[in-house]
Amino acid sequence: MRRLLPLAALAAALLFPVAAPNEYYLYVAALAFIMAISATGLNLILGYAGQLNLAHAGFMAIGAYTVGILTVDDGVPYWAAFALAGVIATVMGVLAGLVSLRLKSHFFAIFTLCVGLILSLVIEKWSGLTHGTTGLIGLQAPAPIGPIRFDTTEAQYYLVLGFLVAALWLMHRITGSLVGRGFVAVRNGEDLARALGIDAFRTKLLAFALSAFYAGISGALYAGFVRFVGPDLASEGHTFDMLAFILVGGIGTLGGPLIGAILLTILTQSLQFLQDFRMIVFGPLLILLVIFFPHGIVGSIRLRRARRAAWTAGRKVRAHA
Amino acid sequence: MVMLFQQILNGLTLGSVYSLVALGLTLIYGILHIPNFSHGALYMVGAYFAYYLAGSLGVPYWGAMVGAAAVVALLAMASERLVFRPLRDAPVLHDMIAAIGLLLFLEAVVQAIWGADFHRLQSPHTQIVHLFGLVAPVQRLLIVAAAFALMLALHLFLQRTVMGSTIIALAQDREGAALVGIDASRVSLLTFAISGALAAVAAVLFAPISLVYPAMGDLVILKAFVIIILGGMGSLPGAILGGMVIGFAESFGAFYVSTDYKDIIAFALFVLIMSVRPSGLFPGGVR
Repeated sequence: MRRLLPLAALAAALLFPVAAPNEYYLYVAALAFIMAISATGLNLILGYAGQLNLAHAGFMAIGAYTVGILTVDDGVPYWAAFALAGVIATVMGVLAGLVSLRLKSHFFAIFTLCVGLILSLVIEKWSGLTHGTTGLIGLQAPAPIGPIRFDTTEAQYYLVLGFLVAALWLMHRITGSLVGRGFVAVRNGEDLARALGIDAFRTKLLAFALSAFYAGISGALYAGFVRFVGPDLASEGHTFDMLAFILVGGIGTLGGPLIGAILLTILTQSLQFLQDFRMIVFGPLLILLVIFFPHGIVGSIRLRRARRAAWTAGRKVRAHA
Repeated sequence: MVMLFQQILNGLTLGSVYSLVALGLTLIYGILHIPNFSHGALYMVGAYFAYYLAGSLGVPYWGAMVGAAAVVALLAMASERLVFRPLRDAPVLHDMIAAIGLLLFLEAVVQAIWGADFHRLQSPHTQIVHLFGLVAPVQRLLIVAAAFALMLALHLFLQRTVMGSTIIALAQDREGAALVGIDASRVSLLTFAISGALAAVAAVLFAPISLVYPAMGDLVILKAFVIIILGGMGSLPGAILGGMVIGFAESFGAFYVSTDYKDIIAFALFVLIMSVRPSGLFPGGVR
């Protein structure tokens, strides 16, 4: 069952282009996947390592702008720019993390909110580099790899899906490893983790850098897919969208961000008039979620399963006694 | 000389507005120990409500200020009741997420009602005072005077009245306050009402010389956070002093460095100070 579910989901995603009524569905789905990759990165620092990083959209914008500036203004090939986007976002993440991670809980959140704001202000004002509020127009679709071309929406959908699967698989490996356990240990109790010999600062820094890497890659995909990069991408509302995905799907779970991204995308798409005012629904939804349903979908299922297991185990013990 | 005076007056006006917002924020932090990200939205709603009262209903400027303060105080109390009280025992993370949810919700509602356009709130005080060859717009002088009067009133309220001392008592020791019969829920509500009213008054004071738009609270609230971290979370003198520091840094920075980047100056200063001294300029506040 545990192995079957992801495979079934993958099969459904692979067959989706056949079943989709038109290209628009593919476009929206691919966009949701791109956001899910970024949200998966945010979930690493927020859900696993327990730090509310409110600058996440800024790192996604760094990735997108790296690709945009390099391919449009400097004529660098897409995939070279793509790789650089990941590298630059990670480096910026390490730099931001070195300063911000010295602060604890809400000080960290406020600080990263400021970092995110500085990033978006710089993007908006430094028009010589970023083209300011007009943004970058005329981006190319991802360059073909050998015989595979990415100029149709369908091909791009599969490209994004491939990256999503890779991102989730990597996250699965990270969170299952000793390093991943270290993240959770720091989240649950920094002093306790330190007593176990975990270098809390380095652990958090690693989580921060990895989450920035995810954001950078997702931003690079975004740039190639939407073919427009604007300063809006770095706004805090964007970070908040990803926060919503994580909370709906389940904070600190592998599939949570993806499930949240898909569900909330369907919700906003079916309530088209909401596009600009989605926060009228999202805002109260999030408040209700953290009050009444803080574990999200995946978390709640897992909790119920754990409770049932504990109950059966308890019954067995009682039967023996 | 004239330019210098101009910058000092600008710094004082900005500092006064920031201090008022930061005071409300630091009061709530002292009581609940949560960073209330929705505070900036209260500031923004205050400006819009005054704009509505003055623009559409023809209420005079000062009347609109009182009306906005009352409405935002009620709104702040409602947010305490409906959002923050149910989360009393939840992890800090949940409070922060709920507060951001509230912030974006209020922004979206205001945008749905009034649109994303910029509005201007008219003030009756458009005169300019000439004194010793120096020029000063009356509205700026009023901002400074009103802000200092409010700070003094707040100080007297907290120090000289029983109701005010309950707030201080709760901030010092929650259990101790409960032991001497202070109702924590009522004091929380009172604190939210005061901080909301302060934010609204700050917004209505500042709106005639700036603009009214849905995201107007975002920068102000971030600066207020910077201020209370620098000044020590929960410290009232720290909030006022920090507000003035940021106000002056911004006004002189805009003049001597660049107007484009004047909003970044506060954050750059903050990032710089926090990198060197992670415990803030005046550690010893609640941490």
